[in-house]
Amino acid sequence: MKLVVVSAGLTQPSSTRLLADRLAASVAARTDVSTRVVELRELAVDIANHMVTGFPSPALGEALAAVEEADGLIAATPIFTASYSGLFKSFFDLVGFDALTGKPVLLAATGGTARHSLALEHALRPMFAYLHAVVVPTAVYAASADWADGELAGRIDRAAGELSDLMLRTPVPHKEEELVPFGEQLAALRKKP
Amino acid sequence: MQFGIFSVGDVTTDPTTGVTPSERERIKAMVTIALKAEEVGLDVFATGEHHNPPFVPSSPTTMLGYIAARTERLILSTATTLITTNDPVKIAEDFAMLQHLADGRVDLMMGRGNTGPVYPWFGQDIRQGIPLAIENYALLHELWRNDVVDWEGRFRTPLQGFTSTPRPLDGVPPFVWHGSIRSPEIAEQAAYYGDGFFANHIFWPASHFQRLISLYRERFAHYGHGTPEQAYVGLGGQVFMRKNSQDAVNEFRPYFDNAPVYGHGPSLEDFTEQTPLTVGSPQQVIDRTLTFREHFGDYQRQLFLMDHAGLPLKTVLEQLDLLGEIVPVLRREFAARRAPGVAEAPTHELLVASAHEKVTA
Repeated sequence: MKLVVVSAGLTQPSSTRLLADRLAASVAARTDVSTRVVELRELAVDIANHMVTGFPSPALGEALAAVEEADGLIAATPIFTASYSGLFKSFFDLVGFDALTGKPVLLAATGGTARHSLALEHALRPMFAYLHAVVVPTAVYAASADWADGELAGRIDRAAGELSDLMLRTPVPHKEEELVPFGEQLAALRKKP
Repeated sequence: MQFGIFSVGDVTTDPTTGVTPSERERIKAMVTIALKAEEVGLDVFATGEHHNPPFVPSSPTTMLGYIAARTERLILSTATTLITTNDPVKIAEDFAMLQHLADGRVDLMMGRGNTGPVYPWFGQDIRQGIPLAIENYALLHELWRNDVVDWEGRFRTPLQGFTSTPRPLDGVPPFVWHGSIRSPEIAEQAAYYGDGFFANHIFWPASHFQRLISLYRERFAHYGHGTPEQAYVGLGGQVFMRKNSQDAVNEFRPYFDNAPVYGHGPSLEDFTEQTPLTVGSPQQVIDRTLTFREHFGDYQRQLFLMDHAGLPLKTVLEQLDLLGEIVPVLRREFAARRAPGVAEAPTHELLVASAHEKVTA
C-alpha cells in the first residue's frame, strides 16, 4: 500500500518533519507500505504559482498525484496563529475535488507550547471532514517539551496503529473517470426535472 | 491547415508606459489587427465575447460584420461564443446573417464562459453550465438544419412552428468548434455532432490537453464521423518574436510579468518551458509550433494570441508582420509532415461540396 506523508515544516531540520517521520516509521513497522514524503517547503513557490496560473509545475503535479493516489495519508503542519500554516492549507486547496474522499488520514501538528494542541481538533479535523477524508481518532500534537517525554512515543504508536488498521480495513477506491455518452446527457435534459 | 489569431479584447494598461487605451481605441485596434491578419496572409480572425470590464467585445457579430465588409478572404470566427448565456435562437440568427454578409467566411467556437456573475445577468446559473451548453447547442443545431422547429426544453421558452431567419447560406450552417479547457462532456459533445474541438492550451502544459483531445478523436470515430485522425482539432498558441531572440525576451518580459492572467507568478522562463508560450526568434516559434502535432496529432487550425497584456497596437502589428513571414514556412512544414487521410480545414466551400455529395450519393 502507498503511504504518503505531507509535511509543512519550514525549518531545516524541522520538528514537524521529525514527527511525521516517526509516525510513518510506526505505520511501516505494522503494515507493508511504501512511503513517499512530500516536503511542502520545497514546493512553496510552485504552490503560489499554481494559484496564479491554474496549473501545477511538474514537481507539484507529481506531489498532488501522489496524495490523490495514496492508500493512506499523514498530514503534518506547524500550528501558526491558532491554525494550520498557510502553506499547508494552500497545498490542500490544490488537491483535486473529491480526491480525499474515503481516504484514511492521520493528522499531526507541532508547536512551541502545548497550549496550541487543540488546533488539531478545531482547525485540521473539520478541514479534513469537509474533504470527506476518514480521519483516525488520535491526532498527534508535539510541543517542544514533548520531545523529551516518553508519552509522545505512546501517542505516535496509538495513532499509527489506528491508521494502519484503517488502511487495511478500508481500501481506497481508485476511481476511473466515467464518460456519460452524449445521448444519455441529452436524454437527461429532455426528462422533466 | 488554417492559421489565424484570436483576441480576448482586454483593455490593459501598457506596463512600460502606463498608457491605457480607451474602449474606442481598443475596439478600433481589434479591427486594425483583423485587417492586418488578412494583409499578412493569415486565414482566421476570432474575437472573444465578454460582458464585463476590462473587456470590450460584447457584440461579436457587430464587429465581425464590420470586418467582413473590409476583408475578402479572412474567415471570421469567435473564441468563444457563450452558448450558455446567449439565446440559441439569437445565435442562430446573428451568425446566419453574418454568413450571408460575409459570403460564407464565418464559423464560430462555442464556450461556456467561466465568469460566474455573467450567468445571472443573463438569467442563468453557472451550476447549470454543462446542461445549458448541451441543451442550447442542441437547439441551435436544429434551428440551422430544420426550416420549421417545434421545440421544448428546460432552459428556454418553447418554440412552436418557428423558423430562424435568414436560413444558413447555401443551406449549410457555419462550422462549429467547441472550446473547453477541462470538460470531457464538451469533447464528447463535439464528437457526437462531428464538430471541431478547440483546445486553448496556451496557459497549460500539453499533457493537460492530450487526454481531452484523444477522447474527442476516439469518440468522433465512435459516432461514425470518420477515423480519429479525421477529427477536427484546433489549438491555441502564444508567441512574441524579434529577429534576435534576446530582444524578444527583453521586450516581452515586462508585459509577461504584469499580464492579467499569469503575471506576478512564474518566471517567463518557467512559463515558456511549461506552456506553449514561445518568446524568441521566428525560427524558434516555427520549431516550437511544429512540435504541437507531436503532442496532439495532425490538426486543422492554429490560432495565436498576439494582442494582450497591454502590448501597444504598433507592436502587435509588427508581430503580425513577423507571423506573416513564418506562416508560409509553417504551412509547408506541417503539410510535409501530415499523414495521409487527415481532414482538410473546414471552410464554407468544403461544407457546401460535402453537403452536395451527400445529396447526390
